[in-house]
Amino acid sequence: MSNPVQGKGSDVLDSQEQVRFETLVLPHLDAVYNLARWLLRSGADAEDIAQEAMLRSYRFFPGFHGGDVRAWLLQIVRNTCYTWMEKNRRENDMTEFDEELHAPPSTSPESLAIAGDDRQRLTHALESLPPRYREVIVLRELEGCSYKEIAAITSIPIGTVMSTLSRARRHLQLALAHPSRKEAHHEL
Amino acid sequence: MSCERGDSVLHAYFDNELDAQGAAEFERHLEHCAECAEALGNLKSLRSSLNAARLYQKAPASLRQKLLVELHSTKPIQVVPARKPWRWLAIAAAILLVAITGWQVISSRRGGDQETVLAAEAIDAHLRSLQPGHLTDVISTDQHTVKPWFDGKLDFAPPVRDFAEQGFQLQGGRLDVVHGRTIAALVYGRRKHLVSAFVWPTIEPDAAPRAGSEQGYQWIIWRKAGMEFCVVSDVAPADLGQLQRLFSE
Repeated sequence: MSNPVQGKGSDVLDSQEQVRFETLVLPHLDAVYNLARWLLRSGADAEDIAQEAMLRSYRFFPGFHGGDVRAWLLQIVRNTCYTWMEKNRRENDMTEFDEELHAPPSTSPESLAIAGDDRQRLTHALESLPPRYREVIVLRELEGCSYKEIAAITSIPIGTVMSTLSRARRHLQLALAHPSRKEAHHEL
Repeated sequence: MSCERGDSVLHAYFDNELDAQGAAEFERHLEHCAECAEALGNLKSLRSSLNAARLYQKAPASLRQKLLVELHSTKPIQVVPARKPWRWLAIAAAILLVAITGWQVISSRRGGDQETVLAAEAIDAHLRSLQPGHLTDVISTDQHTVKPWFDGKLDFAPPVRDFAEQGFQLQGGRLDVVHGRTIAALVYGRRKHLVSAFVWPTIEPDAAPRAGSEQGYQWIIWRKAGMEFCVVSDVAPADLGQLQRLFSE
């Protein structure tokens, strides 16, 4: 896969490249938005970052020489998200997994009341994971990526994808089993 | 998990990432390892609750729209080849041009209804197609060649018809992108003019033809039997109307 970080990129594609871009890349807009939405945990931020990532991919497109376009694109999205998170100093997002920091918002009576709603419950649980775990779950379970694709997108070796995914799933199971998380973290 | 197999193998098995031999070995192991069997069951139920919760977040239509406007405002620009003093001026001019056209595109489209927006995108697509080498992906005057060409490239079967006898000669087809989705574009020749007919499926009810013109191009857009059509050309409005009626017959 071509590395999106290499190459200067061009501001405008010729018309043929433009159509190629629109045929190959644009259909993955949902995947772009979905990954950004889960990494940033906000629809509005995701919309901005997805747009920025798409425009970056447009500039880098001449450097894309075939292969898995979705993985190439999601790599750009992921980098854009991490850069944004770093810049915006979302401490929660950048620190390693810490149960105290990641106490999910579902401890109030109101949120306990809606905990019966599975979608809400899973959303909270998934959002309570640190981004490195969250992203592998999103890529594997929601986006249906193979280990090889996840490795390419996240720039980590396949062996590490496997172990990260197994840890991420364990955390997710714990977050679901113990929404308050007070009991959970001692067992980890 | 305390099973000495380590749970990476379990996850790789669960994700269909083991080769046939590895999977068979792990299945044999599963027969006597209650621990792994239980863990596998838990993974399955985790996946089914994730699926049931439909967590996938699709891109909002507004994002798609913004992007298309942005992408279409960056039309190819002739940049003066690098002579240092001029370079920055050229870049600045290019940025200004993009900003101005972008602004015009946005302001001219803002407030327009859905059909007008679609028609504007169809005109852009038609204009792009007129650039050298990009008119048709499949060149044929035979509808029985053009129609099968779309198979497997689209998630719908576009109605491909030749109207040569009525003065609209089918010239070929291509894939194009309008409103963020890949659609069929059919190309017809009318005397010396070209007509693009864009077709894509819709869930909206049938709608009578609406016509308009922009940048010297005529368009007619309508919906019939689950398909949305938009024809674009610089032919006379009456000619375009004739093609519209031919399609609707």
